[in-house]
Amino acid sequence: MAQRMQQGARPGGSRFAQFKLVLLGESAVGKSSLVLRFVKDQFDDYRESTIGAAFLTQTIALDENTTVKFEIWDTAGQERYKSLAPMYYRNANCAVVVYDITQASSLDKAKAWVKELQRQANENIIIALAGNKLDLVNESPDKRAIQTSDAEQYAREAGLLFFETSAKTATNVKELFTAIAKKLPMDQAGPRGIRAGQRPGVDLRPGDSSTSPTPGCNC
Amino acid sequence: MDEIAPEYDVVVLGTGLTECVLSGVMSVKGNKVLHIDRNDHYGGESASVNLEHLFRKYGNHKEGEEPWKKYGRPNDWNIDLVPKLLMSNGELTNILVSTDVTRYLEFKQIAGSYVQQGKGPKATVAKVPSTAGEALRSSLMGMFEKRRAKNFLQWVGDYKEEDPATHNGMNLGQSTMKDVYDKFGLEATTRDFVGHSMALYHDDSYINKPGQAKDCVQRIRLYVNSMARYGKSPYIYPLYGLGELPQGFARLSAIYGGTYMLNTNVDEVLYNGNKVSGIKATMKERGDEGEGMKFETKCKKIIADPSYFSSKVRVVGTLLKAICILNHPIPNTENSDSLQLIIPQSQVGRKNDIYIAMVSSAHNVCPKGYYIAIVSTIAEGDANTHLELQHGLDRLGSIQECFMGPPIPLYEPLESGVNDGIFISKSYDATSHFETTTDDVQDIYRRATGEPLVVEGLRDGQNLVADQ
Repeated sequence: MAQRMQQGARPGGSRFAQFKLVLLGESAVGKSSLVLRFVKDQFDDYRESTIGAAFLTQTIALDENTTVKFEIWDTAGQERYKSLAPMYYRNANCAVVVYDITQASSLDKAKAWVKELQRQANENIIIALAGNKLDLVNESPDKRAIQTSDAEQYAREAGLLFFETSAKTATNVKELFTAIAKKLPMDQAGPRGIRAGQRPGVDLRPGDSSTSPTPGCNC
Repeated sequence: MDEIAPEYDVVVLGTGLTECVLSGVMSVKGNKVLHIDRNDHYGGESASVNLEHLFRKYGNHKEGEEPWKKYGRPNDWNIDLVPKLLMSNGELTNILVSTDVTRYLEFKQIAGSYVQQGKGPKATVAKVPSTAGEALRSSLMGMFEKRRAKNFLQWVGDYKEEDPATHNGMNLGQSTMKDVYDKFGLEATTRDFVGHSMALYHDDSYINKPGQAKDCVQRIRLYVNSMARYGKSPYIYPLYGLGELPQGFARLSAIYGGTYMLNTNVDEVLYNGNKVSGIKATMKERGDEGEGMKFETKCKKIIADPSYFSSKVRVVGTLLKAICILNHPIPNTENSDSLQLIIPQSQVGRKNDIYIAMVSSAHNVCPKGYYIAIVSTIAEGDANTHLELQHGLDRLGSIQECFMGPPIPLYEPLESGVNDGIFISKSYDATSHFETTTDDVQDIYRRATGEPLVVEGLRDGQNLVADQ
């Protein structure tokens, strides 16, 4: 079982599951902006390189009974010189690989990240490809450097979800994350009564020497 | 490729645990940090590596053969290079909690803490008692001795430095530990397991040092309090191996703006007079053709592991280590999935203890059914050093694979770094835990900044969204 995947039933038969999502893609394609839009519904034109967030969380209600919580890990800039640690990929349930539709080379970089994910992450990881900065193309169509059909064909062949997005205008951002949520293995969410956010193993926080009753805990 | 900044406050060389903790703390405190490693992976000497990497590192295979293949996927293995565990009440735990690096890691208990008595075929292995009650049940002592040990442990538990009434008429700051043992009338074998498996001294030099009693009592208290925290042993261990620790602190540093570059060689250290002023370096991925990316940047300070400054360090000891793959738990340890076993030096006619640290699939470091045991000690001779580990290897039962390299020199910096601005860490020593590593972290921080390191309150306060 993936350590980061927390699932369980809530009273009333509703289902809840938590998944680790990692972001990948070249610097400055808008990875953090996509997450900021999804999590806080904000956009900042002059956002500096990623700083200051361990990870963000956001919850999606798929239907009345089904809630998915994403624990979203940002690269923290460690992708810039290809120095992401294995810890980043570890137990990731899903990934968003981002490229910039106005930068021809960024799709190639995205393809390389997909390969890296297939090498380092869980075999059954769900990957979505996001062509970001759709707003720039809508403003001036000649800025487009990557045709939708090309990216779509690659995504189909590689088995990826695919969206063209704009973090700035929010186009397809919610749709992107919802599509991922729908593809995640909710059916494995058994009625085991696990509260969200609990982890197996020992809790190191002072004043709490109790161990959690999660299966997999060997204490 | 983005430009490297023209200047950094601190350049950190090597991504071992010591360097990563310092890098993380420095970044959180607002320093601009560039963190470099010549390797293609994090962790340096404190990395965890996969099985193929281990076979290749030790050259344990013939050309053309791939013996790791019979052990499942190499990547299911995370084999520590350093035989250490975390004291659950120790300083590293405190730093992990204070910096919130615990968010990236999951910890599990180590299932048992054992000590050997006797040697050869007559050797027995017993759990280390850690409370007065356990002392009364321990097989390590006779009936009368159990009572004396119980009294001793009770006294240690009650000891408060600021309260002379708890000092039992002794001044620990001046006493030797022999004085204390004598006062409680403890037998030699009890002194042995108290000093070696609770205070975790790996030789007997502590016994007759005036004033050492205070340190010893604090060590025993750390052991007992760590033990009391989760119950089975004083140790905890991160899932996927110790190599997760430097990665977690590196992420902390990156989140606070630290720049990371693996695959990067330092070509030259630049000085302005005696003082460091910058570096020239080249980043080049393995297999990449061409020159790589050359750059130069200024810095005020460098923090580095000893391998980056071989002319500024000296050898202070030699560690012997054998990494063993087993397909069964260690005999006579109640099938524990993980443990520490200490063979006190006196029991086997040595000057230094032999340590065994074992973890298994319970900690996601290997496939089910396998166990990874590291046997280590400090070298006492110059020749045939591999034989010095034999008493430890004898405890393991049948061994599938044994990786034993040449003796490992332990380094220490020649100077404090105050003059040249280059602050060098110590090698990971022979102790079974990270307490000396965090001592080194605090020492380097104080030398480099002129202030003591206070980690309390260093929590990640810049979350864009509060965790629910």
